[in-house]
Amino acid sequence: MLARPGLPSFDYVAAGTPGEVIRLLEKHGEAARLLMGGTDLFVRMRDGFICPQVVVDVKHLPGMRDILYDERVGLTVGAAVTMNQVARHPDVQAHYPLLAEAANSVASYQLRNRATIGGNLCNGSPAADIGPAALVLEARFVLHGPDPSTGSGQCGEREVEAGEFFLGPGQTALQASEFMTAIRFPVPPAGSAGRYVKLGRNKAGDLSIAGVAVFGFPDGTAPSGYRFRIGLASIAPVVLRPLEAEEVLATSPPGDETFTLAAEKAMEAATPIDDVRASAAYRKAMVRALTLRGLWDVWERMG
Amino acid sequence: MSNHSISVTVNGFKEYLDVPSNMTLLEMLREKLALTGTKNGCAAGECGACTVLVDGEPLNSCMMLAVEANGYEVTTVEGLARPETGQSTEDQLSPLQEAFVEHNAVQCGFCTPGMLISAHALLKRNPHPSEEEIREALVGNLCRCTGYLRIIGAVQAAAKDAPETGTGILKGDVK
Repeated sequence: MLARPGLPSFDYVAAGTPGEVIRLLEKHGEAARLLMGGTDLFVRMRDGFICPQVVVDVKHLPGMRDILYDERVGLTVGAAVTMNQVARHPDVQAHYPLLAEAANSVASYQLRNRATIGGNLCNGSPAADIGPAALVLEARFVLHGPDPSTGSGQCGEREVEAGEFFLGPGQTALQASEFMTAIRFPVPPAGSAGRYVKLGRNKAGDLSIAGVAVFGFPDGTAPSGYRFRIGLASIAPVVLRPLEAEEVLATSPPGDETFTLAAEKAMEAATPIDDVRASAAYRKAMVRALTLRGLWDVWERMG
Repeated sequence: MSNHSISVTVNGFKEYLDVPSNMTLLEMLREKLALTGTKNGCAAGECGACTVLVDGEPLNSCMMLAVEANGYEVTTVEGLARPETGQSTEDQLSPLQEAFVEHNAVQCGFCTPGMLISAHALLKRNPHPSEEEIREALVGNLCRCTGYLRIIGAVQAAAKDAPETGTGILKGDVK
């Protein structure tokens, strides 16, 4: 394969307002692409998979690079915040260490200075490392788009739950001319702990063979006294939560038998494919192994 | 395709350039400024041969448009030792570059500029990195020649208060 440094030609526009973004998207349709970190966009452009005429840089819109924590509301992360910025932020490390762990697992230090949390989610890859974290932390995504009630050119905002966002490989709930501006994480339940276990072909930040996020917390309303949420990446057309596994953990007392059964249920929920990184059978087996490891780690962290 | 007038501070010099939309920072550095220390290895953000510092943070210059660098400070390998002149000569190497030379961390040299930039940034944010931390920081810099051990050893040697007794990865190495 030849190294192709050159990008095809296009017009670059640095958008100043959300309204400007929407007007450009409405005007150019499929011929326009949004630019965040470019770590996926540029690769696909060089390989000839996409040829936008207009590239709209949205990183500098107000709030896109902000991280705000409020102990009553939770964490709000601008969509253009980079993985490194997420991973090293003191409020993220203190209150959402699972998110920091997930962000830190992506690629390399250099790429983590470009790759953004919003880009990772909007790309809709089933391997997105932020996906499982967003699912188990029950994040909500803030989307800006044309406001149907006020006519074209006006900007409206809506929120979509993480669990309803991922529709298929590369397909998300983003509608035409819509883009993500922020991700909201609710206040984590008291006593919670989380872990992101990522398996790659090497330790060099590869795309995952399987990625498992486990998040647990004491909950008196659950028969077992605890609730666990599990998020799985790279093992199905979308990132997903294996609900039967979570049900086992909510109803049966925590321990060897329950965790093993839950890991089995998580494996059953996985419908992976064979690809260059791993076979489907291996992926399924790894879901069980990584879920088990994640559950024990979280159990230990919860004390 | 549109052209953009930008100003970028490169190795301490403020440069005023006209760049097309689709020119990457890498192309700008090599073709507009003749700073050919930074290399193109993969054009996909995977090998790290194109690593430069932008406002002190390492990133792959093949994955950033030149127009995006407007207003930023860029440091290339040429600027590590003598940022004010952009010249790096044999008697003006930084301690890190000296360590690379002393520890034979360079073979073909193609990965070296990227390695130096990544390691330089690591030591700025973590002056006493463990071997594990060095390895993690250099995950994005691939080397086909050295097998990495001497590069890691060079970074350890260059770290502040490097141990005299050779407890680094090249313990027992014959100089």
